[in-house]
Amino acid sequence: MSGAEKVTIVIDGKEASAEAGELLIKVAEEHGTHIPRFCWHPRMNPVGMCRMCLVEMDTPRGRALIPACMQPVSDGMTVHTRSETALKAQEGVLEFLLINHPLDCPVCDKGGECPLQDQTMSYGPGESRFVEEKRHFEKPIPISDLVLLDRERCILCARCTRFSDEISGDPLIEFQGRGSHTQVLTFPDEPFHSYFSGNTVQICPVGALTAVPYRFRARPWDLRVVESTGGFHTEGARIAVHASQNRVLRFLGVDNGAVNQGWLSDKERFGFEYINSPDRLRAPLVRDSGGELREADWGEALDLAAERISRAGGRTAALGGARGTNEDAYALSKFMRTAAGSHHLDCRLGDGLRPELVAGLTGRGRIDDLERAGAILVWGPDLKETHPVLYLRVRRAAGELGARLVIVHPRRTGLDDRAAHKFTYRPGRGAEMLRALRDGEGPLAEARRALEEGPLVVLAGRCGLGEEPGPAEGAAALGRELGGTILLLEHRGNVHGALDMGVSPGLLPGRTAVGDEAAAGLWGGLPEAPGWDAAAMAGAAAAGELEVLLLMGADPVRDLVGADGGALVEGAGFVVSLDLFLNDSSRRADVILPAAAFAEKEGTVTNLEGRVQKVNRLISAPGQAQADWSVLGELASRLGRPLHLDSPQAVAEEIAEQAPAYRGVSWSYLEREAPAGAVVPLEGADQPLRVSPRPAPAPSSANGEGPALHLARTLYDDGIAMRHSPSLRPLAPGAACHLRSDHAASLGVAEGGRVMVRWEGGEAEMPARIDDSLAGGTVYIPFNQPDAPPMGAVAGRGVEVAALPGGGE
Amino acid sequence: MSGPLLLTSRMREHPLRSHTLACYEETGGYRALRKVLGADGPGMTPEEVTGEVKTSMLRGRGGAGFPAGMKWSFLAPARPSYLVVNADESEPGTFKDRQLMERDPHQLTEGIVIASYANEAHHAFIYIRGEYPKAARRVQAAVDEAYAAGYLGKDICGSGFHLEATVHLGAGAYICGEETALLNSLEGRRGEPRLKPPYFPAAKGLYMQPTIVNNVETLSNLPWIINQGGEAYAAIGPADSPGTRMCSVSGHVVRPGNYEIVEGMTWRHLIYETAGGIRDGNRLKAWVPGGASAPWFVPDLHLDTEVTKAVIDSLGSMVGSGAVIVMDHTTDMVAAAERLVRFFAHESCGQCTPCREGTDWLDAILRRILDGQGRAADADLLYDVSDNISPGMTWPPKMTTICPLGPSAVSPVDSLLKYFREEVDEYLRAANLTPVNIRTPAGAAV
Repeated sequence: MSGAEKVTIVIDGKEASAEAGELLIKVAEEHGTHIPRFCWHPRMNPVGMCRMCLVEMDTPRGRALIPACMQPVSDGMTVHTRSETALKAQEGVLEFLLINHPLDCPVCDKGGECPLQDQTMSYGPGESRFVEEKRHFEKPIPISDLVLLDRERCILCARCTRFSDEISGDPLIEFQGRGSHTQVLTFPDEPFHSYFSGNTVQICPVGALTAVPYRFRARPWDLRVVESTGGFHTEGARIAVHASQNRVLRFLGVDNGAVNQGWLSDKERFGFEYINSPDRLRAPLVRDSGGELREADWGEALDLAAERISRAGGRTAALGGARGTNEDAYALSKFMRTAAGSHHLDCRLGDGLRPELVAGLTGRGRIDDLERAGAILVWGPDLKETHPVLYLRVRRAAGELGARLVIVHPRRTGLDDRAAHKFTYRPGRGAEMLRALRDGEGPLAEARRALEEGPLVVLAGRCGLGEEPGPAEGAAALGRELGGTILLLEHRGNVHGALDMGVSPGLLPGRTAVGDEAAAGLWGGLPEAPGWDAAAMAGAAAAGELEVLLLMGADPVRDLVGADGGALVEGAGFVVSLDLFLNDSSRRADVILPAAAFAEKEGTVTNLEGRVQKVNRLISAPGQAQADWSVLGELASRLGRPLHLDSPQAVAEEIAEQAPAYRGVSWSYLEREAPAGAVVPLEGADQPLRVSPRPAPAPSSANGEGPALHLARTLYDDGIAMRHSPSLRPLAPGAACHLRSDHAASLGVAEGGRVMVRWEGGEAEMPARIDDSLAGGTVYIPFNQPDAPPMGAVAGRGVEVAALPGGGE
Repeated sequence: MSGPLLLTSRMREHPLRSHTLACYEETGGYRALRKVLGADGPGMTPEEVTGEVKTSMLRGRGGAGFPAGMKWSFLAPARPSYLVVNADESEPGTFKDRQLMERDPHQLTEGIVIASYANEAHHAFIYIRGEYPKAARRVQAAVDEAYAAGYLGKDICGSGFHLEATVHLGAGAYICGEETALLNSLEGRRGEPRLKPPYFPAAKGLYMQPTIVNNVETLSNLPWIINQGGEAYAAIGPADSPGTRMCSVSGHVVRPGNYEIVEGMTWRHLIYETAGGIRDGNRLKAWVPGGASAPWFVPDLHLDTEVTKAVIDSLGSMVGSGAVIVMDHTTDMVAAAERLVRFFAHESCGQCTPCREGTDWLDAILRRILDGQGRAADADLLYDVSDNISPGMTWPPKMTTICPLGPSAVSPVDSLLKYFREEVDEYLRAANLTPVNIRTPAGAAV
């Protein structure tokens, strides 16, 4: 739209200027004239179906009624939104919509925030002239595990069907029948299984679609609301948190145009349930002499932990911090470097790219670059499973906006239908694949040319958990070479914030490396000895050198990749866990401290493009649970090295002062100047660490025998928040061994048949799934599933698959 | 029959074999195509063909009556372009295209090739109403014969021009006769009209490419026009609506059927002479002059007016699809209106609120009146609900909808209230309203 011709139109006698081609309904709104509407949604293509936005326009043949949502403005256009004819048409449409609407507002979730109610108040008739029997349908029918449909309330605006088709790419709901018998339905035997189904509930202009987790829980006027930033994914989707009586009841998407544009994944939307879980830790626990956990008061638990840390003398290590706020992460970073006296901390669990690269990346792009992209390279995990906001934005870019999309991944991904070029490769051969792409060899020549055309955006991450980070970094390097911008695909909501706060052995707050001049004098001096990352901690534990392991919202037993998390926890001399729940790791800890969760604390988070946004507090934490920064402060004081952090705001002020890349980013700045968030560093602030991606290492010829394992995350898994969110828990796909049909045939196993998967140190029985999208010689197993043993240690190694008798088709 | 027969002489003279290629060629068939493509002479350019059609002043015979040559000249320059034949003849009372397809499918096929050539289309789609299996069989057979004889396919008549023709059957939706809904249906989407602008078929039609959508009868005229010349065609009948056109007369007449007429006769002549008068010596009460959506005519006002497009337009109705439905004095006009409205309510695609809800509501009110449950305010209510679908109830209609289907349903209601209000009032006077049935929790009526 840039550079479009400026035009002047007249709306109800007032002049308004706009860009030629903009839609009248939008232009009118920007100039203070609200035109009523149902089917029109600013983030979807107009269809002009509901006819609510009819207004009169002057034409050479007199005034004509036109739908404002379909009318591009042109110079000299004169429209009348409140003329007698327009008002009668609007009132007529509302009367038509109401004749078959059940008017069961008193028991409808939407009552009180319903566009049909609101617009009937403003534009509708006062009473009904309809004396006939209304249309009847069975009320409500489930169309998925999360969404219910009440067809009596539906006004057939097609927002939900268009969202599913155009935006999320799962066209699983559609109009059926015609005329007054039209209804929205799923296809036979195909439920509305979409990762984005909750958005249809939010954009439904009536109460036709309701969400199971919220249904009948509250009336809108009883809710307290605060804006915040979603914590499940690294994009930092903007949300509104709604609570009543100190319980979070729902999340709604907020339209941050630069990030999520109003949409949320169902995980982000419905994953709040864990906050209200009765299983939340409410008081500290300590392990007594008999090895049993018992409740303790804070003083006793902290004294015990402080004593062990003090005795450890620098052999304390910390894992976690990527799921909380920047303020919590800063406190952890400072605590470890000062009070615990080591650089042994890691916010990731062996599953990321080089920390220096992630924090100090040169050529870091913005999500919004996708809006202008000519070519997009996705070299990384299936965005639909791991980065839902990017998934939607790339769908849009490669669909409506026409960018050429190149995807490299070991199997199918959710974006394949939008890809111009898709390549699969056997895990472990990423470097070979990248060299072929870089050199434009054979079938990759055209893809390489597409990338050259640009503007290019590269989304790079490790395609599977077992893979070396080198090829993904190499893909980023190729992107730089071709003049593109880069977004790195990491895991855990605030991992970028945590790395920026220095929760990594070699990093310090504000994108500074240990040893940088910029860090001289920080916190009155830093430990000398180099730090351990997660893998090194596992090694230290095995060697008996890890005295105290502090877990801050981390569950290495289930989540550590590339090493045995169970052995790490067992091998540590003493384990302190700061968490919301007892999980597989904290269950084995010696001191367990209850932490405050999302919506129970205030702070900031940083997304993958470096955008800092506020998260806000709406309810109080259960029992004696406390925010991480506060617990760390107490512990530090007991160690005689107080952190001098008295409130999250004080932490934020210290960050703005001490962390070079975060200079100037205060809460008041965010609230007043940057409601959509501020990308750091702000103009005039420094970023000492600048790291360019390295080209991929040379392909190694050593390819192991047997099938390569592709281990990858799914949106729903056995993560601790999912375990305690009853609505989402059943949606995890479960462990399964995906095989190509030739592989399955050679084993004599059919779809659904049982197989035994063996690896060094473990085995698991699971069903076989035939998946011919896999690269040859590869099996795929979804990571961290409810019914499977921890498999992180298997990552990057070979597995053996054998058929078991029985089962299958 | 006294007038010239441009379209139906072959089927009249060779009733058993007029649909075959042999008969068609024997009677001068495909001569126009050979002339256009230069098989025996210099040939014509596409512009010359379009020019000839413009000169002929041939009007579209699907309902809107827009000059065909003019329509062609709006074709946007992007290529490929398509020709789509609207053979989804579904307007109640209209059955002329069926006869043209069943009895003279090669005449249509020849017209298709000529129109495709003029519009540089290399693929023509013939969208035939699903309830016309015989017409579909005959057209398919003709297309097959034409392929075999070199009138379709590659290098037609050695000219280098190539054209593929595909016969496609609809699935029983009236709305797919609306040209943009037809295109959606052809693409495999729901049969819902597209909004114009921006989706004018000549610019963004089938698969968003420039598309000409022509009616069967319109295309069937092309061989004659090319053979005899546009001027000869223009010389037949009134200057602004020349040529012959098919008129499907049905209802209470002695000789219902298709008549190929030249405009200019009076309605009295058409009904009493051509169609043999009213059955059983009954009195004429009203007639629909141009398909179910056209406002009605009544003897007092209209019987001696001329059957010409200009006059019919000036009297607030339309020639439409050429369907004349005649009703005698035994007709219950409320029931007649209800039947027509019910048709439109049943056929509404459901996209636009006013049509989806309004047509159903109008029908419910009319049915209630017929059932003796009418209320005093119902006549006004009918009027106001109609006004909310078609503001002002003018003709041609203003619309609150994307396509004219909703306003079409209003048309019989408007005619009923305009000419037969006393019949409505009679029902209302005789109404015996059932008391509201209040039930106790136990279920017994109070």
